[in-house]
Amino acid sequence: MDKIIEILKEIRPEFNFSESSNFIDDGMLDSFDIIALVSQIDEAYGISIDGMDIVPENFESIESIENMIRKNGGAI
Amino acid sequence: MRTTFSGKRIKGILGLLPHNEVFFEDETENYSFPAVQTMKLKKIMGYEKHRLVNDKAAVSDLCVFGLEYLFDKGILHKEEIDALILVTQSPDYFIPPTSNVIQGRAGLRKDIICMDINQGCAGFLVGLMQAFMLLDLDNIKQVALLNADILSRKVSNRDRNSFPLVGDAASVTIIERHEESQKIFFDINMDGSACGALIIPAGGFRQPSNVHTSELSDTGDGNYRSLEHLTMDGAAVFSFVQSEVPKLIEGILQYSNIGKDDIDYYLFHQPNKFMLEKLADKLKIPYDKMPMNVVSNYGNSSGVTIPINIVHNLSSLLVDEQLKCCLAGFGSGLTWSSMVMTLGKFDFCEMAVTPY
Repeated sequence: MDKIIEILKEIRPEFNFSESSNFIDDGMLDSFDIIALVSQIDEAYGISIDGMDIVPENFESIESIENMIRKNGGAI
Repeated sequence: MRTTFSGKRIKGILGLLPHNEVFFEDETENYSFPAVQTMKLKKIMGYEKHRLVNDKAAVSDLCVFGLEYLFDKGILHKEEIDALILVTQSPDYFIPPTSNVIQGRAGLRKDIICMDINQGCAGFLVGLMQAFMLLDLDNIKQVALLNADILSRKVSNRDRNSFPLVGDAASVTIIERHEESQKIFFDINMDGSACGALIIPAGGFRQPSNVHTSELSDTGDGNYRSLEHLTMDGAAVFSFVQSEVPKLIEGILQYSNIGKDDIDYYLFHQPNKFMLEKLADKLKIPYDKMPMNVVSNYGNSSGVTIPINIVHNLSSLLVDEQLKCCLAGFGSGLTWSSMVMTLGKFDFCEMAVTPY
């Protein structure tokens, strides 16, 4: 979880992701932020997230991001 | 729709670029986002620089320049062109067809077929398909396929979703009958129900231009554009490409009975580096077989990115060798298309910079 929060803070340092229950609905991540997030997750976890998993609902929360990473072979 | 073609070959390709080259860093101030945030996209998306035509240029200017370049070098002879196809989404006029304009300006024969095709990112393949079909007609031995777009003029320079990646370019591809050529395999698909994913809403007849359609407004995500600018639903387009293109490629390889490893190069339309890397990963294609450098060098010129890709990356190889290639175009329409064919040995394969 810490690694993901660190990446999120690097992408959007102005937001406090711990206080949000839905990063997408709260306007904290736009489509380009998602791309930047995927790119950094791929590098940090040594995986390549399947393009079909790059949909907003997989980026709503830390939990959904972690589930997506696990699904794509990353170790949380 | 899958089909095959026989007895045809590409004789050569000329890529044509505007001379104006603009760097990504020099445009960050146009956007409403912090420059630091915008610069992070540079590496991920492959933004570096793009080629943009001047305010006065039209597609026929680039195409006529290209034809005359080939005439002057003795590579092409105007009396030998039996058909002229122009694939473009940025015609000179609504009326007349721009292919007619080009025929007149280039001084081509009057007894030829001229044809405009409005297709975008899959347009080069649609143009090849049309050229192959024309070559089956009596008295058509050589077709000039022109593919040109200057969509930078229809993309808001305050739209960070689209402006950094747009580029202008043109190409002249000469196709001829060639009995000894290997079979060409082709697949094309359309989904007009999703046409709104890539659209210029106003300026046509559905919503004619007026004083309001040209007004810039915040689209709600910090980008500014008018109804007369290209609108791209990035998430929908990304999802479409990731969903359909892998199946398209697997399908054409199966149809052509050619193994993935037997393809020398995968020459895809170039939306951006991130999308192409994801496709390569999904298809398990090594990156060195799938060039992804057109956006970073020239921008995304819609269908023209395929011939520009070929010329930029393979020109020296293709004049000397034959390469088994898988081409794919996907985008506005929505349209997605693939082709497996042998490219080379070309009579010419080069890039020229125009004065536009």
